[in-house]
Amino acid sequence: MKTKNISELTSVLRSKNAGPLELTFDLIFSSKEIYDTVKASNVITRELIMELYQVSDDKIITFEYFDAAEALKITLVRPRPEASIGEIDMHGCQQHVPLLSIEIPFEE
Amino acid sequence: MDEIRVLTPTGMLGYGFPEENFWKAMERKPHVIAVDSGSTDSGPQKLGNGSLTCSIEDYIRDISILLKAAHQDKIPLYISSAGGTGSNSQVDLFVKLVKEISNRNGYSFRIATIYADIDKSLIKQKIAKGQVSPCGPIAPLTDHDVDDAVTIVAQMGVEPYLEAMDNADIIISGRSYDPVPIAAMGIKHGFDAALCWHMGKIMECGGLCAGNAKDCIMGYLRRDAFVLEAFGEKSQCTRRSVAAHTLYEKTHPYYLAGPGGTLDVSSAIFEEIGENRVKVSNSSFIPADPYTIKLEGSKQVGFRSTFIAGMRDPLAISKIDDILDEITTSLRESFRDNDEFVDIIFHVYGKNGVMGEYEPQKVITSHELGIVAEAVAKSQETAQLICSKARIGLLHNKYEGRKATAGNVGFIFTPLEIPLGEVYQFNVYHLMEVEDPCACFPISYTKV
Repeated sequence: MKTKNISELTSVLRSKNAGPLELTFDLIFSSKEIYDTVKASNVITRELIMELYQVSDDKIITFEYFDAAEALKITLVRPRPEASIGEIDMHGCQQHVPLLSIEIPFEE
Repeated sequence: MDEIRVLTPTGMLGYGFPEENFWKAMERKPHVIAVDSGSTDSGPQKLGNGSLTCSIEDYIRDISILLKAAHQDKIPLYISSAGGTGSNSQVDLFVKLVKEISNRNGYSFRIATIYADIDKSLIKQKIAKGQVSPCGPIAPLTDHDVDDAVTIVAQMGVEPYLEAMDNADIIISGRSYDPVPIAAMGIKHGFDAALCWHMGKIMECGGLCAGNAKDCIMGYLRRDAFVLEAFGEKSQCTRRSVAAHTLYEKTHPYYLAGPGGTLDVSSAIFEEIGENRVKVSNSSFIPADPYTIKLEGSKQVGFRSTFIAGMRDPLAISKIDDILDEITTSLRESFRDNDEFVDIIFHVYGKNGVMGEYEPQKVITSHELGIVAEAVAKSQETAQLICSKARIGLLHNKYEGRKATAGNVGFIFTPLEIPLGEVYQFNVYHLMEVEDPCACFPISYTKV
């Protein structure tokens, strides 16, 4: 089965703080066709996110597709409140890397 | 009135914007210039220690251009979340800057100021009545938290602006819900609330929906839709970029809650209409009952010191976890009876410094490690002391098989222990029910 890496399928793949208590991930797909294929493949699920980030389901605040933006949004409880003791990424913008391992089955 | 034209020069006052694009946008004859200056994005310490998000020079530069335009075209100027945190003192500072610049140039304006610092005893009364709840994953608010917070502000909704706009050319407000200054005129004139809020939500980040936050965006609000126009050759305002904008920094892709209600853009229609313009329609707004305002506050949790060290010996690198565990255990032991000790943390770059527990790569393959210490204590002196002991422990740890017996790490700076000052934590991020959306946000008027 041929697959494509998520990087090839997205124009934006980012993480950022959503307020000081939450971390949000946006995967904005490059086209409607790609978006529909990814959505239909059901590869990206809450369970996958739990595994990639090693978090329990109650830490996932949002897992939502948005058709108008051809995007998937996932929001997690931030591991620690923003910019306090133990902070390692103030803006939360370098936490997207586990998502880069996602492969989607793709017919050429 | 069938159309209201709003110009937002930049996503954050102080960040700057291309003047050429600004004056091009002014040719479109906006009815109002509206810009936000605030965010929680820069962390809790600004609410804690009152510092500004940008420098005074940055604010003077941006405000000077906007005042010139407001004066020339005789249009109002709305600036929200003054100074970054939107505290009373930062509102006062902005008013002072506006007056100084106006006096220098011979401008005269009626100015309304709207404060957003919230009285702590009021919050405690509301807690007792069960009218305060978490705005996200945070524990319920206690009186203790309220006392610990340095300053508590609340994000005002549009209602204080609706009241102030009749008697002012310039409104400078404290902490406000970001779209408020942009949505205000439309709501005042009875335009569809959903369109006003949706337009505000996109425009408050300036030109970000077209690729660059530090650039201008024009909004044309009509009765059945709004149109966004970006400026500059590099800007690209497309259907997708505008639709995707509401994702940025938000919990949910299409429900956006604020004071007064929730914007629902799930069925919004985005159309490209040429010349860097996008038309948006069909958004919804669900009014909230009860009306809630979001409280923000932070408390000081200690002082910190750091050292920065590099490790290159491959044997030491292979034993880094054991080395740091040993140092940490020893430190906790030696500070066991010291009430001032808060914590000692080692950030290991080359292992998991950036991602911590999220790091998927569990095996170190780097030839070097960067070790950044974070010593936390109730006083700066004790933080320095913890840092110093940690530094000595790391430099001289006798790990098994060691041959490089002169020292385990290379320090980059002297002083070896660098004091970092106070560290804060957001401890107030809660919703408070109010009967009157204006009651907590006193308006006063002045002239220049």
